Amino acid sequence: MSETSASSHHAPGTHPDLPPPVRTTGVVGWVRANLLSSPLNVGLTLLSLWLLWMILPPAIQWLFTEAIWSAQDRKECWAMMDAPRDAACWAFIRGSFELFVYGWYPEPERWRVNLTFILFIAAIVGGLRENIPGKKYWLFFAMAYPFIAAWLLLGGLGLEPVGTNKLGGILLTLVVAVTGIAFSLPLGIALALGRRSNLPALRGVCVIFIEFIRGVPLITLLFVASTMLTYFLPPGSTFDLLMRVLIMVTLFASAYIAEVVRGGLQGLSNGQYEAADSLGLSYWKAHRLVVLPQALKISIPGIVNTFIGSFKDSTLVLIIGMMDILGLGRARLNDPDWLGLAPELYMFIALFFFISCFSMSRYSFSLEKKLQTGHQT
Amino acid sequence: MRQKTTAVLSAAALVLGMAGTAQAGTLEDVQSQGVLRCVVSTGIAGFAQPDANGVWGGFDIDFCRATAAAVLGDASKIEAVTSTGKTRFTKLNAGEGDVLWRNTTITFSRDVSVKLRFHGVNYYDGQGFMVKKSLGVNSASELDGASVCIQTGTTTELNLADYFSSNNMKYEPVTIETNDEARQNYEAGRCDVYTTDASGLASTRSALPDPDAHMVLPEIISKEPLGPATRHGDDQWSDIVTWVLNATITAEELGVNSSNVNAMKGSNNPEIRRLLGVDGSQGQELGLSNDWAYQIISQVGNYGEIFERNIGVNTPLGIARGLNALWTDGGLIYSPPFR
Repeated sequence: MSETSASSHHAPGTHPDLPPPVRTTGVVGWVRANLLSSPLNVGLTLLSLWLLWMILPPAIQWLFTEAIWSAQDRKECWAMMDAPRDAACWAFIRGSFELFVYGWYPEPERWRVNLTFILFIAAIVGGLRENIPGKKYWLFFAMAYPFIAAWLLLGGLGLEPVGTNKLGGILLTLVVAVTGIAFSLPLGIALALGRRSNLPALRGVCVIFIEFIRGVPLITLLFVASTMLTYFLPPGSTFDLLMRVLIMVTLFASAYIAEVVRGGLQGLSNGQYEAADSLGLSYWKAHRLVVLPQALKISIPGIVNTFIGSFKDSTLVLIIGMMDILGLGRARLNDPDWLGLAPELYMFIALFFFISCFSMSRYSFSLEKKLQTGHQT
Repeated sequence: MRQKTTAVLSAAALVLGMAGTAQAGTLEDVQSQGVLRCVVSTGIAGFAQPDANGVWGGFDIDFCRATAAAVLGDASKIEAVTSTGKTRFTKLNAGEGDVLWRNTTITFSRDVSVKLRFHGVNYYDGQGFMVKKSLGVNSASELDGASVCIQTGTTTELNLADYFSSNNMKYEPVTIETNDEARQNYEAGRCDVYTTDASGLASTRSALPDPDAHMVLPEIISKEPLGPATRHGDDQWSDIVTWVLNATITAEELGVNSSNVNAMKGSNNPEIRRLLGVDGSQGQELGLSNDWAYQIISQVGNYGEIFERNIGVNTPLGIARGLNALWTDGGLIYSPPFR
């Protein structure tokens, strides 16, 4: 090849690299390679463009440009459009936005909800970041966070007490989901270790627990929590409904986490266990220092998958009459002034769940990348 | 008369068949809590729904407020215990609520097997049909061959089948899950007819872009008497709920409403004087203060006011009194005398 550069005044082998042909780089190159590489692809590209053209402009029109952002009721909203339902009536969502976020949490105390949320972000970032000063304290803080949050939200010890029946909307959804997630991980790890234990009694209990919970739908457990437990308890004693539901949701998620973690434990080669043993490490030390860090790392996708699943499952509490974001939203749909705005409501709720679940998934992705220790090239 | 028996009942046979407990002394419990806990629905337009600030309102809620006004003297001291159709009776029987005001049809099995006590009817509902006016149908008997949107797994499905077969008509069911879904299907023309309880039809119709293009047919094909319920085993509390409902009805019958109730205290009509606690001691006999009914009417209003405010013709739902007019106006709403 280098012989062809005879006319050049560069010495052989010293010719500077020329820029690649225009048609293979940049936008043009990308389009040619990805969209127009064969007659079939040209056809598919045209079809996709046509579909986008059909869908996007009306969608944007409905969602944004022609949407109504403030109105007193549905009639007024629809009167402002060319025809009823021609555009979204976000005034409905906007008017109830605070209710959807805070539920019935008393207004003067709402700063506590906001603070809980800020601390939540801090706990997540601080607890999982590697290069952060005072890492140890951040970890303690992250572990104590659920209890701090419970104190902030429910009050007591100097704060105005707020009943759990005041929680609602996104706040309730987050409380159910985050509690389930936060407590199911340690419980699930314990169950996974128990299931692999050599002690028959412990192993038996763990297997029965996991298989029972996995064999029963969450709705059944929630019904048990909401109706049956009250018959077991002594008459007159009230055991908070939210507390019962949280326990059930946590137990449910922990059984799934246990199986995911067990998969991680089994994915480790025996050599790792033997290496830990040969160093003379005790069972707990071996697991803490050698086995679990590796097992959990491989389990991350599965664990996050379970988390996302239980986050979305939290909406099932509406079946027992609890007012999470979906339950509360559906209740608001019955406001005689706003009847018939279901599409707007469900889109809003879908957006909330998409943002939450997508950030969880992106976070797990970045965590996997960071913990990648080079077993693959 | 105080009843001190704590009856252990075999409760909620429909779900569990387990032992439960009903406590006597609900009145004392409510008064010591300082708040009345009503088992209400999770949202039925016009009957129970939270407003943009989360404050519950509606026809059933107003009766809950009336009960609170009678028992606690303050209609605002209520707590809405939201429950779905499946959990409402267990919530009541397990003591998580004090009284149920939740669009509940009175039936034999609920009264007897579920061990509830019903206290009269605050709304006569029944299954009806809605059609487009352009269809040119004026009676349900002309619906032969129509496609009908209907919620699955409800008694409305059975009623519909019975009605059509007893009239030798055919129909094509379009089964749907929720009211909203039904409205969308009906709006999109996937069914000619939508059938559900008449109160539900009214709210569905009002949510349509052009309500005037649709009509509810005159036929009502089922009996759905809705009323409040309490647990077995507390007769005093049952009496209170019964007479709270009767007080609102009697007040309308006697022309006592929230704006004239103070003037009516000076009325010569002995029943009005007894009702408002001017004469007699009916309140004390119930275990309440003597002005209990006065509190109901001044804070919440009489039956007609509650009806018109939440579901009446001037609300978006626009339900006419119909069967729910006073017996003197050709309806079924009727209260025993306050004597």
